[in-house]
Amino acid sequence: MHELLKGKPGDKMLLLGNEAIARGAIEAGLAFATAYPGTPSSEVALNFYQIKQESDLYFEYSTNEKVALEVAAGAAVSGLRTMVTMKHVGLNVAADPLMTLAYTGVNGGMVVLTADDPSLFSSQNEQDNRYYARLSGLPMLEPTTPQEAKDMTLEAFDLSEKLKLPVLLRTTTRINHSRGIVTLGKIRPRQTQGSFKKDPFSYVTVPAVSRNLHIKLIQKYDQALQLSNQSPFNEIIGAGKWGIITVGVSFDYVQDALEDLKAKGSFSILKVGFSYPFPEEIAKKFLSQVEKVLVIEELEPIMEENLRAVAQTLGRNIPIQGKGIGQLNRLFEYEPARVRTSIAQYFGLPYQGRPTVDLSNVPPLPGRPPNLCPGCPHRSTFYAVKQVAGDEAIYPTDIGCYTLGLLPPLSMADFLICMGSSVSSAAGFAKATGKHVIAFIGDSTFFHSGITGLINAVHNNHKFTLVILNNETTAMTGHQPHPGVNMALLGQPNTQISIEEVVRGIGVKQISVVAPRKVKETKEAVQKSLDYNGVSVIISQEICPLYAKRVAPPAKTRTFMVSESRCKNHRDCVNLFACPAFYLEENRVKINENLCIGCAVCSQVCPENAIMPRK
Amino acid sequence: MNIKRIVFVGVGGQGNLLSSRVLGEAALLAGMPVNVSEVHGMAQRGGVVESAVVLGGALSSIVSDGEADVLIGFEPSETLRALGKCSKETTVITNVTPLMPFTVAVGKGVYPDIKEALKLIQEKVKRLIALNADALAEEAGSAMAVNIVMLGALAQSNTVPITADQMKEALKMNIKQKLWDTNLKAFDLGFEAASKV
Repeated sequence: MHELLKGKPGDKMLLLGNEAIARGAIEAGLAFATAYPGTPSSEVALNFYQIKQESDLYFEYSTNEKVALEVAAGAAVSGLRTMVTMKHVGLNVAADPLMTLAYTGVNGGMVVLTADDPSLFSSQNEQDNRYYARLSGLPMLEPTTPQEAKDMTLEAFDLSEKLKLPVLLRTTTRINHSRGIVTLGKIRPRQTQGSFKKDPFSYVTVPAVSRNLHIKLIQKYDQALQLSNQSPFNEIIGAGKWGIITVGVSFDYVQDALEDLKAKGSFSILKVGFSYPFPEEIAKKFLSQVEKVLVIEELEPIMEENLRAVAQTLGRNIPIQGKGIGQLNRLFEYEPARVRTSIAQYFGLPYQGRPTVDLSNVPPLPGRPPNLCPGCPHRSTFYAVKQVAGDEAIYPTDIGCYTLGLLPPLSMADFLICMGSSVSSAAGFAKATGKHVIAFIGDSTFFHSGITGLINAVHNNHKFTLVILNNETTAMTGHQPHPGVNMALLGQPNTQISIEEVVRGIGVKQISVVAPRKVKETKEAVQKSLDYNGVSVIISQEICPLYAKRVAPPAKTRTFMVSESRCKNHRDCVNLFACPAFYLEENRVKINENLCIGCAVCSQVCPENAIMPRK
Repeated sequence: MNIKRIVFVGVGGQGNLLSSRVLGEAALLAGMPVNVSEVHGMAQRGGVVESAVVLGGALSSIVSDGEADVLIGFEPSETLRALGKCSKETTVITNVTPLMPFTVAVGKGVYPDIKEALKLIQEKVKRLIALNADALAEEAGSAMAVNIVMLGALAQSNTVPITADQMKEALKMNIKQKLWDTNLKAFDLGFEAASKV
């Protein structure tokens, strides 16, 4: 049985925030879930995917976040308890349905998880998705611990049904990827059969309908505000004259800081958990009992502005500060010392931390950036393309493991803004510069957001090459399936959609399908594509070796070695191909045979044919 | 309650997250409040992996610079890189076997001299426990068990209020039964090695 289904009410488990959210949803009787994976949200969906195999929970990895939200919207309007999970930038993709789903509302409880990533551990930006609550008018909950993540997920379903609105559950990486002790609750029965009562004047958002629906949404705001003011997740802790208002993981740092500073008694903390609508009545009470306030929130000064507005309506003129105090600013995640020193500075508390050891004589250390794995087919594709198109061509890239092609010596990434941007921006680069443009996109990303860009390119007669790196899985986020995946490998009915047929159907005339481990053939395909006057596509087809190890282990492979007699130390293998299995020993290139998976590409790179399989 | 902050550093693939999870589960068995933080996603493709365990009732799950009570390094240059987490009150437990970063192979960096590095660490912190965890893992029967050797050394170091038995119990809960013998042996070898340092 799945770990998250095992525990009895009252049991304690050490759960990852994401596991706690999944358990909370299961306890709430979740019937229907959709997702597109993205760090730091991925493990929530992974648990649903696993639980689906042994229960009547419906779960799907949808093509992208917009699709995920729309699929779930149909189920939620039909009365099922639904959840949609994504990373913060995923909500940009899903923003279109979200904004108007707020108008139609839902019948079954719907919780939308947005997992933000302050400090950009694994993201292209650190946008603050608390703005989405304000933009859409939807309520938002923000947990401080894994336990609260579970509790709030449960509450979010009830809240959603009370208001007939989707509810946003906003986490940050440190909540998603922290483990804490979580006390389990009872699992409510799952209602899996929905029903839909036709009511086009509530659900079909033509202008005449939406005018009325917007009025309703504004009325729901008042109701939500009342609930926020009464919510146990919004709480004043302590009765001191100094005030701190805080939200999310920052609350943990504040609590620890006041403990460390031995100053708890001097403070009132307003802990905000039901963060939108901002609980104005509680904030008023808080403001009347304190003389000076510090706002501690990561990223944007949202509560800082909310609190100042409340103070103004209250006519309470006390110092309210946040960004700009001590080490508090709009950049990156907060951490315990950053919060502690800022509190000490603002309130004039004496504080002597434990000084860090002297690092002045620590020698410079070699970098250890994340890297494409040994035998990764992306490296082979990048190598072949670069051999043909050189440094002059422009290489828009996309989001996935292959973004790591950015690093030297491959240096095969010139532009990236979001999922799918490789294809569409390639058109702009080609028109504007007249240069060769070769864009890279992964298989999952192609289905997520690449197809519309490719249709646009064909329709508008652009000239560039799109390389679709088909490694048959969503590798970066943990090998989730996507529409192009052979589901039979995962023991499920196969629904595989052929990328080649899609590309052909779009009308691309120059298509090459290559095996990237065959360097010569791959290079020929690249040359042919560059020579073509129009949109050309190369599908580089090789399963991710990490994924293959799990689902279709290859027959025993021969590892490779460098022949000392043949090697003339050109080092093309290291300087151009740069597989992490190479290392230098006494100034000679060697292959770490524990890392080598026998892909044989380096043997095609070596001008002396000095790299050969071990007999 | 006395708060203990333990930081684990290593290279992707060394089993960092399993160690911090086992320590966390051991704390749960011991009835002690615990938070664990992990790094997932992009950072794992052969890069540096850091996790932390905070015992004793703090709410934070991450550890600021200078505030680790124990730093456990699965790879010596990574121990050195994470030295900023230490103060002169910190106990450092490190593996001495290097895992060369690729940047060294392409001439973009120089790997530090291990002896010098250990001397440097020794001078700065309260206590250094250095052991060849790779050799001990091999001896136990699995090169993959470096992380468990290091946990054994942690148990011996008397720096956390959790017993070796509690850690072993938690270890068994987190790995397949067929791996118990190898891993428990790795744990014991780490424990023993630390007692001789």
